[in-house]
Amino acid sequence: MPEVSRRALGGLAIALALEGCSRRWPKGANGEEQRLNFYNWDTYTGETTLADFEAATGIEVTMSHYGNNDELFARLRAGNPGYDVIVPSNEFVTRLQISGMLSPLDHARLPNKANLAPQFVDVPYDPGRRWSMPYTWLALGIGYRKSRVDGVPDSWKWVLDSDRYSGRIGLLAEGDDLIRLGAKYLGHSVNGVTPAIMEQVTQMLIRQKRHVKLFHHDEGQDLLAAGEIDLVVEYNGDIAQVMAEDDDLDFVVPREGTLLNSDCLCIPAGAPRPDNAHRFINFLLDATVGAGIADTIRYPTPNGAALALMPADYRDNRAIFPAGPGMERSEYGRFRSIGHIRAVEEAITRVMAA
Amino acid sequence: MNGNAPTQRPAQAPGVFAAVGLPPIIWLLALFLAPLAVIWAYSFGENRTLVDIAITGNWANYARALKPLYLAILMKSLGFAALTTLICFILGLPVALAISFASPRGKLLLLLAVMLPFWTNLLVRTYALMAILRTEGLINAGLGAVWNALAVPLDADPFTPLPLINNNFAVVLGLVYVHLPFMVLPLYAALDRLDRSLIEASLDLGAGHLATLWRVVVPLALPGIVSGVIITFIPALGAYLTPDLLGGTSSQMIANVIERQFRSANDWPFGAALSFLLMYMTFAALLLQAFIRRRSEAAR
Repeated sequence: MPEVSRRALGGLAIALALEGCSRRWPKGANGEEQRLNFYNWDTYTGETTLADFEAATGIEVTMSHYGNNDELFARLRAGNPGYDVIVPSNEFVTRLQISGMLSPLDHARLPNKANLAPQFVDVPYDPGRRWSMPYTWLALGIGYRKSRVDGVPDSWKWVLDSDRYSGRIGLLAEGDDLIRLGAKYLGHSVNGVTPAIMEQVTQMLIRQKRHVKLFHHDEGQDLLAAGEIDLVVEYNGDIAQVMAEDDDLDFVVPREGTLLNSDCLCIPAGAPRPDNAHRFINFLLDATVGAGIADTIRYPTPNGAALALMPADYRDNRAIFPAGPGMERSEYGRFRSIGHIRAVEEAITRVMAA
Repeated sequence: MNGNAPTQRPAQAPGVFAAVGLPPIIWLLALFLAPLAVIWAYSFGENRTLVDIAITGNWANYARALKPLYLAILMKSLGFAALTTLICFILGLPVALAISFASPRGKLLLLLAVMLPFWTNLLVRTYALMAILRTEGLINAGLGAVWNALAVPLDADPFTPLPLINNNFAVVLGLVYVHLPFMVLPLYAALDRLDRSLIEASLDLGAGHLATLWRVVVPLALPGIVSGVIITFIPALGAYLTPDLLGGTSSQMIANVIERQFRSANDWPFGAALSFLLMYMTFAALLLQAFIRRRSEAAR
């Protein structure tokens, strides 16, 4: 059975009545109940990660899933319903943090931080890593079926501005990502989208729409694997998962560069068991544990010690670790403003309505 | 049973009345009207920060919701819902007639068949439809196998899969499939109460079957038809899952836009205004129903 997208099924997941359980939990040495609520993307832990943590600490982890960052934000907006650890992407680390919805990390309780690769230790979206620890990083690119595409589609042109593969293209339904990739294709920074550039990209997407078969909610790899489409804008790890089962699939980061993301471990404000949360985050940053996770989820790990333990078929996998001119031009996205989000959403509503 | 109890009227037993009436009233207030009032208040508010909404009492959200962009999406949704309702009526009327004329045991089985899909989650049913309709799905695979078996001796072109999914056809098909029971059940309820002798009289007096249907059955069943049309139309108008999963690049309905306001746009005030536009239209439809019912009762 193919891996289900970590983002696709999250919409189905309903957080259980997190705190309403009548069961009595034993207390640990830190005075907290021996349990933890982990709110994560789907298919985003190793096969034995949670069981191993319980074996090591006696803390039972209840994991529930979300399908996208917006869902996570919407659920926490009205107050933390009892989650201890969450995994927002970098821009949402900013959004959650400026909204007072994160609680700061105590680095003294996270000795495994030393395992991080140097480029992830200090990052612009979270200087000094006060609020987040990196869990994975992601690059958007084009997943494609080699036998149905001429050569390597190494430009956004083939999905955003061309009729060559008409009717066989799938685009991501995330408006903000689409607009920024369009801007990147037109030679602008993903963080430099002005109203004029946004208008230009919107017009391009409206023109391109008749060649696009569908907008997907991050289940693009399944649609590609099923033969529904031949080119799809997707994340590297998602395509790497289906590539393991189908030799005819491949992934490329277009030469214009792309939008990078990093999913991060955070503790939401009001987490009922902050010390358990620190222990869990520290556990996930362990080299062996990190390698076990990377082996299952096929996303690139920011954990240098874990990477060193991985076999060559992971470390040298060009879908997991894309290389080439596109990667050199790639950037992390930054959260802009409420007004910018509103403008982006209206632009995408226009594209969908056209 | 206490011998005196049956003679007591509710007014004389306020304790009993309160015990029976209070829970549903509290339920209605706390879980329906209060949240609805909050959303209604939001529709007159604006975002201050990512999480704070100030209720400013201005109409800016409604003004924005009435921009041509959003009106056009609303019109398109109305079109989808109207087409769905029409098809449901055309399909549902014969089904409801057949049920009302069936034997008691047959009635039970047929009604069960109509109700049965309701016991399955909408999401599961929609995914099942996707499995049937997709390019490599059941219909295309089946047709392809037959075509290719015939094509080889005839030297015809290989089978090209039919575009059954990710387009507006799939959305209407999905909406009809989901909403058909909403049409059949009120139609059946109305037809079942019909005085059969009137139909016999019409047929005896020389009207054909179609004439009897249109000039006797339909007018008498009108309140049921209006109910069926309204309770099919309203949920179809607000459909979210079906256009999202079965639709293509031009299948956006108003509920999809509303969903994006609450999620990715993080613009609850505008989403609330769009939701309440739908709500106002629902109230208008219900008023219309009450008006038609009163008129048809007055005509009797």
